[in-house]
Amino acid sequence: MWSQKLTRSILDKTKNTVFKVPRWKPVVSSRCLQTEGRTTQSQSTVDAADVEFFSKQMNEWWDPYGKMRLLHSMNLLRVPFVRDGLVNTAQKELYPLKDKKILDVGCGGGILSEGLARLGAFVTGIDASEDLIRVADEHKNVDPKIAYNKPVYLHTTVEDHAKKVSNLYDGVVASEVIEHVQNQELFVKSCVHTLKPGGRIFFTTPNRTRMSQFAVIFLGENVLKYIPQGAHQFEKFITPTELTFLLERNNCHVELTYGVTFNPVTGKWDFSEFQQLMYAIQAVKLS
Amino acid sequence: MFSNNVKRLLVRHTKCSIRTTSVRCLSTAEDVTSLSKSTTNFKGDYDVIIAGGGMVGCSLACALAKDSLLSNLKVLLLEGSPNKSFQLKPEYSNRVVALNQNTKALMSSLDVWRHVEAMRLQPVRHMQVWDACSDVMIAFNSEELLDDDVAYIVENDVMLHAINKELSTAKNDNIQIVYDAKIAGYQLPKQEDLKPKSSVQMANGDTYSCKLLIGADGANSAVRKAMGVQYLSWSYEQMGVVATLNLSEECENTTAWQRWLPTGPVAILPLDSKRSSLVWSTWQDDAKELLKLPEDQFVDALNDALWKQYPRNTGIETVTSWTSSWLKRVGLPDGTARQLPPSISNVVPNSRAAFPLGFGHSTRYIGPGVALIGDAAHRVHPLAGQGVNLGFGDVKDLTHLLSEAMYSGLEITHPDWMGKYESVRQRHNVPTQLMIEMLHRIYTVDLMPVVLARSVGLQITNALQPLKKMIMSHATT
Repeated sequence: MWSQKLTRSILDKTKNTVFKVPRWKPVVSSRCLQTEGRTTQSQSTVDAADVEFFSKQMNEWWDPYGKMRLLHSMNLLRVPFVRDGLVNTAQKELYPLKDKKILDVGCGGGILSEGLARLGAFVTGIDASEDLIRVADEHKNVDPKIAYNKPVYLHTTVEDHAKKVSNLYDGVVASEVIEHVQNQELFVKSCVHTLKPGGRIFFTTPNRTRMSQFAVIFLGENVLKYIPQGAHQFEKFITPTELTFLLERNNCHVELTYGVTFNPVTGKWDFSEFQQLMYAIQAVKLS
Repeated sequence: MFSNNVKRLLVRHTKCSIRTTSVRCLSTAEDVTSLSKSTTNFKGDYDVIIAGGGMVGCSLACALAKDSLLSNLKVLLLEGSPNKSFQLKPEYSNRVVALNQNTKALMSSLDVWRHVEAMRLQPVRHMQVWDACSDVMIAFNSEELLDDDVAYIVENDVMLHAINKELSTAKNDNIQIVYDAKIAGYQLPKQEDLKPKSSVQMANGDTYSCKLLIGADGANSAVRKAMGVQYLSWSYEQMGVVATLNLSEECENTTAWQRWLPTGPVAILPLDSKRSSLVWSTWQDDAKELLKLPEDQFVDALNDALWKQYPRNTGIETVTSWTSSWLKRVGLPDGTARQLPPSISNVVPNSRAAFPLGFGHSTRYIGPGVALIGDAAHRVHPLAGQGVNLGFGDVKDLTHLLSEAMYSGLEITHPDWMGKYESVRQRHNVPTQLMIEMLHRIYTVDLMPVVLARSVGLQITNALQPLKKMIMSHATT
């Protein structure tokens, strides 16, 4: 009796949250009007305006104290996140991800790709920006630790990549990408398509809440300027419920959902219960 | 006219000499840096160089060799003293350390503890601390507070040998030891470097370079000085007089005794059934005096220090007896059931020595590519027997955090793990240091209100088992 009540109340709560979030419809942003480069065709995940925007940041990409410093410091959190999702042996090794094939979707300048390659993974990084792929390609020669294990970078989109490969990767990572994507359903579907059955898929992204709008866009971009201004559009953010729904509809089972928080004083990222700002999701592809 | 000329000449000469001396000053300052450029004796590049092969430095080398992720690192251990072969002698060394459970756990995990056990150690199962200025005391019992012994008394030599033995049997070719290493200077990387590289110049012209430099070179750390960090320190104007003592009669001897005299604490630490080790902290002049005394007079002075009735203040007497009667009434231990310390029959010849006592705290434990461990980072009064345990705690946390960092694919000098090391250790070490400092301060005065406060405080602490447990658990972790 009591448990029934409880489940009902939980169900009500989840229903409420689903209904409470702003409707998922594209709102024309001011930047969109300016550039008019936003493609709206349904068969592409690429947002041309975003690609152009991030391409402009190419010179800044590998400065750990520059505009992309949050992505650099985030590696301390997301590299172990991906590592622990793909291996969980008691015996720790120096290259825990060796023999693992990982696809880094929206790799940008390759910050996460190199971080994973340092753990021994064969990383394929894809990005829609040719300039950033060039940046990543140049930088992969810098680190001696990945000299024999350089990531492979391809200038392509995930839906095109999915046409060529299927059931290949042990892990697919889309970190801070899905919020820059058009047609998120196609994006998730394509990512899952490249993944092996039993492989893991990882997302990190901001939630779509007033809190994240305030913290990420207003504070992060406009006030503190931790993030390049104009990097995010609130209406493209996705909630954990929506992302879970998309994953489960595409033959995946969501294993973990963590809240991700940033401490501006220490400059460090951490996992927490609090999912209102940002979150990380790990899902396994069912066979 | 002539005299003028002479004056001018003199002035010019002095000016010149000033100039030359200033140049010379500069050149001596640059000596160390130019050394590395001109030297041809480059002896190799290492991942880690540990400066100082004392107990803490050696155990770090051992911990690096034993960790599955860190055993691939190329490590160089620089030890200033020559490589002496160790022979366990029947007589005890006068320098001993009290090791807590945390240190035992670390040493067991490094397989060092079995060597210590094979040589010798004495468990401490009971601890009694009492005040010379009043009748109160505090007792720590291992059965009541921990399931295990309170501490272990091990000679410094035995501990060091045990670590070195394990280090040599670990058969890790990546670990090299240079004995008799006289270090001339360090060249540390600048803040901006993303991949810092330090170099170590030796007095004989050899140079080594490394990614991560560990300063384990004691309280006068040269690495710390090269880092240029703020170092908060003062001398206690006290010395610790150590000696090996023969007891009058054989007993189980698993109790550590400490009596607070107005001059400082005198501690008797058990070695075996007939012998104990002395650590007597007292003012420098008294200490020198004690060293000069003939042996029988020294023993008399020591027995005096343990037994002598100091003049009591009746007010304090009244309050403490009132407190203990109240404690008794509510059913708590009133601290009157005390044990008597053993009486000392004589001191082992030539075992007396003294060492200076001081406090030290380095505000930073880390710099780019450099980290301090052990006494190089923190120095405490030996009154709580914590000094080396804090150092071993550094070793444990540093190894763990570095191993985690390597498992996450970070560089060996990544500021993230190093920052964690610093904050984790300072969060533990600084409160411990402050606690010890506070104890030292309140026990080296015999002002009536202070004596009263500390006596009642000690009585209540002794009565409250959970509080004692808390103290013990902080002292052993």
